Amino acid sequence: MTGDDTRHLPLEDLHQVAGARFGAFAGWSMPLTYPPGVMKEHLHSRDHAGLFDISHMKLFEVAGPGAIALLNRACPLDTGALQISQSKYTFFLNEAAGIIDDLIVTRLGDDRFMVVANAGNAVEDEKHLRDLSADFDAKVEPLDRVFLAIQGPDAWAALARAGIETGSLLFMHGVEPRQNWFMSRSGYTGEDGFEIGLPERDARDLVARLLEDERVQWIGLAARDSLRLEAGLCLHGQDLTPEIDPASAGLMWAIPKDIRASGHFIGADALRSIIERGPSQKRVGLKADGRQPVRAGAALIDADGNPAGHVTSGGFGPSAGHPVAMGYVNTALAKPGTKLFADVRGAKIPVDVASLPFTTHRYRKG
Amino acid sequence: MAKTYFTEDHEWLRVEGGVATVGITDYAQEQLGDLVFVELPEIGRKLAKGDTAVVVESVKAASDVYAPVDGEITEANASLSADPSLVNSAATGDGWLWKMKLANENQLDSLMDEAAYKAHIG
Repeated sequence: MTGDDTRHLPLEDLHQVAGARFGAFAGWSMPLTYPPGVMKEHLHSRDHAGLFDISHMKLFEVAGPGAIALLNRACPLDTGALQISQSKYTFFLNEAAGIIDDLIVTRLGDDRFMVVANAGNAVEDEKHLRDLSADFDAKVEPLDRVFLAIQGPDAWAALARAGIETGSLLFMHGVEPRQNWFMSRSGYTGEDGFEIGLPERDARDLVARLLEDERVQWIGLAARDSLRLEAGLCLHGQDLTPEIDPASAGLMWAIPKDIRASGHFIGADALRSIIERGPSQKRVGLKADGRQPVRAGAALIDADGNPAGHVTSGGFGPSAGHPVAMGYVNTALAKPGTKLFADVRGAKIPVDVASLPFTTHRYRKG
Repeated sequence: MAKTYFTEDHEWLRVEGGVATVGITDYAQEQLGDLVFVELPEIGRKLAKGDTAVVVESVKAASDVYAPVDGEITEANASLSADPSLVNSAATGDGWLWKMKLANENQLDSLMDEAAYKAHIG
């Protein structure tokens, strides 16, 4: 993608005023950090409330008498079993059960659903859904929204002070509190928090009110990445790809048992045979011994020097206080505590297979 | 009397008695963000101008710091092992990276002085 095609956030002027340093991500010019820097931004999100502009992500409304059937085909999901306002983490799979994208589906009404997809895959996701929708009586409508996340233990209180009541909303539930608003209790940090899609004018009002609260600070994409990595959450394009299936990724919890057995979603047959023979590699957490981070792309070897897998995400965990990483290793080596080595610029850095997440999730489940 | 030079790659060198103390500029540390690890060079290593001398790692990425001139490493800043954030808080002071004995002092002539560097970063 050339510089001319770079997309700009509707609220870019606010980020400029806030002193953001910008960088390219998935075709967008995104705020990477603000003046406090990634370390302080990260810790602020865990201690108070971080405000993230995630308008690069895409919201789709899927509606119509065939919406449930369409989503049952597109995702390994029992769509009809969702309660109204219930959200589910799921995927679009290809015929080989590879993950085209990971997404969150929320039931808004009897035959209306919200699909939240990743920026990098938004175009492909839309085409995929539209192509499928030809066979079903359902419409796919991409929504033009600003999308904000507010994450951290003070998120609910800051929203309340800004006039947005969140009281009865539980983790992985979403509602439409106002005209053209979508608000879910969800996020990408492991903290309690909310994601709100809303028209630009409303977003400017809400941001102004939230930033009057000293508990709320803008947080950039750099801290968003370190927060999600500590929380053990996958980034599509790194930890998940169209070559990786949900069983290898350790995400089978997202697929209901009866859907695994008898669902008619795309990739069902391939996924069943992968489950039958067992995935050859599994996604694991990786904890380096010292202070030196191991990063995406580093090869992993076992104690005897044999290839063991590779790192897909890695960096420093400001809350964990040590380097954190995740990657894929041969299934026999996936047990927590297994000692491996990462090849970092020719040096062998000892890493232990670790259970995820590195920091405890603090979701508001009830 | 020590003299300080700057490179286009945002390094500074303070030269005294044929030995240069090398670090990155305040502008560079700001661009990198919070450092969490510095991979220090071995003493005695001979470097040609442009070789990677040190790798500095921020939360997000690893970046090479190049030898600004030819020479031999005589010292590495060991305090960075315990506290890499010194590079952020004191880039041109306690956050120095390494010292090197210069092989060819003429190379210094192609470097910038502080005024030229300030113009370079705008």
